[in-house]
Amino acid sequence: MTYKAKLRVWRGDDESGDLKNYEVDVNEGEVVLDIVHRLQATQAPDLAVRWNCKAGKCGSCSAEVNGKPRLMCMTRMNTFTEDEVITITPMRTFPVIRDLVTDVSYNYAKARMVPAFAPPADLEPGDYRMAQVDVERSQEFRKCIECFLCNNVCHVMRDHEDNKASFSGPRFLMRIAELDMHPLDTVDRRQTAVEDHGLGYCNITKCCTEVCPEHIHITDNALIPLKERVADRKYDPLFSVASLFRKGKEKRAAAPATPKG
Amino acid sequence: MTDLERHSYDVVVIGAGGAGLRAAIEARLQGKTVAIVCKSLFGKAHTVMAEGGIAAAMGNVNPKDNWQVHFRDTMRGGKFLNSWRMAELHAKEAPQRVWELETYGALFDRTPDGKISQRNFGGHEYPRLAHVGDRSGLELIRTLQQKIVSLQQEDFRETGDYESKIKIFAEVTVTRLLVNDGRIAGAYAYYRETGDFVLFEAPAVVLATGGIGKTFKVTSASWEYTGDGHALAMRAGATTLNMEFIQFHPTGMVWPLSVKGILVTESVRGDGGILTNSEGKRFMFDYIPDVFKAQYATTPEEGDRWYTDPENNRRPPELLPRDEVARAINSEVKAGRGTPHGGVYLDVSSRLPADVIRKKLPSMWHQFKELADVDITQEPMEVGPTCHYVMGGVEVDPDTEQTRLPGLFAAGEVSGGMHGSNRLGGNSLSDLLVFGRRAGLGAAIYVDGLAGSRPSVTDEMVADAEEEALAAFHVEGGENPYTIHADLQQTMNDLVGIIRTESEMREALDRLEGFKERVRRASVQGGRAFNPGWHLALDLKNMLLVSEAIARSALERQESRGGHTRDDYPVMSPEWRQLNIVSRTEGDGVAIYRQPLDPMREDLLELFDVDELKKYMTEAELPKGEHS
Repeated sequence: MTYKAKLRVWRGDDESGDLKNYEVDVNEGEVVLDIVHRLQATQAPDLAVRWNCKAGKCGSCSAEVNGKPRLMCMTRMNTFTEDEVITITPMRTFPVIRDLVTDVSYNYAKARMVPAFAPPADLEPGDYRMAQVDVERSQEFRKCIECFLCNNVCHVMRDHEDNKASFSGPRFLMRIAELDMHPLDTVDRRQTAVEDHGLGYCNITKCCTEVCPEHIHITDNALIPLKERVADRKYDPLFSVASLFRKGKEKRAAAPATPKG
Repeated sequence: MTDLERHSYDVVVIGAGGAGLRAAIEARLQGKTVAIVCKSLFGKAHTVMAEGGIAAAMGNVNPKDNWQVHFRDTMRGGKFLNSWRMAELHAKEAPQRVWELETYGALFDRTPDGKISQRNFGGHEYPRLAHVGDRSGLELIRTLQQKIVSLQQEDFRETGDYESKIKIFAEVTVTRLLVNDGRIAGAYAYYRETGDFVLFEAPAVVLATGGIGKTFKVTSASWEYTGDGHALAMRAGATTLNMEFIQFHPTGMVWPLSVKGILVTESVRGDGGILTNSEGKRFMFDYIPDVFKAQYATTPEEGDRWYTDPENNRRPPELLPRDEVARAINSEVKAGRGTPHGGVYLDVSSRLPADVIRKKLPSMWHQFKELADVDITQEPMEVGPTCHYVMGGVEVDPDTEQTRLPGLFAAGEVSGGMHGSNRLGGNSLSDLLVFGRRAGLGAAIYVDGLAGSRPSVTDEMVADAEEEALAAFHVEGGENPYTIHADLQQTMNDLVGIIRTESEMREALDRLEGFKERVRRASVQGGRAFNPGWHLALDLKNMLLVSEAIARSALERQESRGGHTRDDYPVMSPEWRQLNIVSRTEGDGVAIYRQPLDPMREDLLELFDVDELKKYMTEAELPKGEHS
């Protein structure tokens, strides 16, 4: 059952580095992260790699395996042939710290720019009532494990470093959509979606959806509806008024600093 | 040392799981400046792996539920060795803590009337677990993370700086607590990324570092679970209690080997899953212990009826507390009735339609499909016990979570007492919230009480801490830390595992003496920048100290109770129930002593039938005037 896999692993820091060749034992049922761990334990104890749960729940072990953005813990070795060379590189969109570990602080900075959930001021804890069907839309987006593979693959940043300043990527546009669809939220984030988070840069190529390990329909269920709502607001004054009314009913029309609509 | 990075905070929280984040939120709401120091990235803590839900007697699904029932279930689950005061506070405050999460933006699954839905779980009399499918822990951590972000946004509006009151030091590991004149003065740490050191000067530290799972070979824990908080507390002069109580979750994956130990949520059984052996028998009916005979179904027919008619039927024994189910599985496998890979079968495919399974247990479906090529809607899973949780932990005051060291607080898995000898599923997430908040509050009140006279950190303390942290780089030709770790895990698994006996534990203690020298001789290759070998060499010291505390406590307790099963003392003893076993450091090891439990308050005692109490307590402890 055991065989030796041929690995090429990127070793280096933000200044220099290259792909190094290794041969590592593989047992039945193992995933790429197991092989990286074995490499670490037997040949390269200082090989830097992030991981936590090893069960696809924490989103720490993001990397590119043969050029494809993947969670290493969810990439089974039997998806490769035994003589195939497996190349493991760090996520390309973020600066390398060392080996397979990248600096993902960009994502945390963008998260801080999304206006937080704001429930109606008069709603007491314990009095929240929401229908299952209404929470499900946002629940889909809350499955996100923040592996940042969607932001890594998004060509808006991947190919254009300069766009990072004005674009928050699928992860945080989806976060805006999630809050927007929360049945009890009272803030309108459409303007910030466009002006601060660069919604207009997204041209719905669905690369993010394809790499999402949680199989969230990022493009269809979050980004496109968010674009539609923004377009409604911008170009259709009548719809905008109607939407205010609808929001008022759905969201209990509280009066925060920036009311909906 | 002159270029050492220094920070000064009111409160330093070590650990960014549920307990740490809730503590940080509370300390900040009390007006304190807070540093959150965590080994991983923000939002990756072990809490994300919790699946089933948060236990809180909100009574949304069954209005008969209330804090008294939850308290009773918790005490029964812990075999009455719990800190009753913690169990009381926990049962009373959990609903408020859950409702509060909704104000932070959490989106739980709903009941038909729009309230938070609650699900059945082992040992809980009524449906009690607030949940989001089977990713409840992710919802909890993300909600708390986002609340912290919203507080930072408030601070930004006020001060122009997001980090003026709460700052997260991600991928930073604390190596030592600094103590001056018997009080906390700060914490010494290193950045994983660079290997540079950082000093936190703070009069209050909250430990929220989670558990010890990585001391065992088969475990549901991630690399972070190296007993850091337990070891930091003991080395600083605080105590841990009842470290012998380790929960082996009955259902971990057993195949493929590389995922052995990964958790299979108890919700599978809560939602109707059954356990069978290789002969196809639902064996749990053979393992209902006397203390639980009154509450569990004796036939599969009755157990099955319970899912739809809980009023008139008793629950199936698959939902016994975890320690009972784990021991039963262990016995079946030992008796030769296991599956090809050494587990038993857990089947939900013959119990629920495929679409319902995918809806209720999405991440289990996903996990088995992707990691084991098993479609749980079509075939049974193979499962077996896995080291999941440590009930023992740092000894704290039940109300304030202060340890025996002034200024040091602990909450969540790292603290002890709340769960007694066995934790009920769902009581962990609620524990994090209830006692995380209390620890943050306790720390804030403590800081206020100091009135400006904060203990100082001396240069000598810093120099000592630095020397200790760098020692592994100076070892020539020493041993690979990964090898030492694997051997330590094997030793604990083999000799201090789910079933224990005196001779094996003595053997374990002998071997642990040998490990002390091996850990001192662990050597590190490469530099200080993001060097996992070095990190492991440091973590090994913590795992070794914790392993010794576990082994010594386990050898001391001559009875079987909850997460401590002795082959040579198979019976639960009312006399031992009156004793906590406390560990502290002595020399380079651990010394233990026995400490009596506080007798339970009379009004709490009256929540139980005397006949039930008689199964656990000595005659003298029973309520006055009622026993004969």
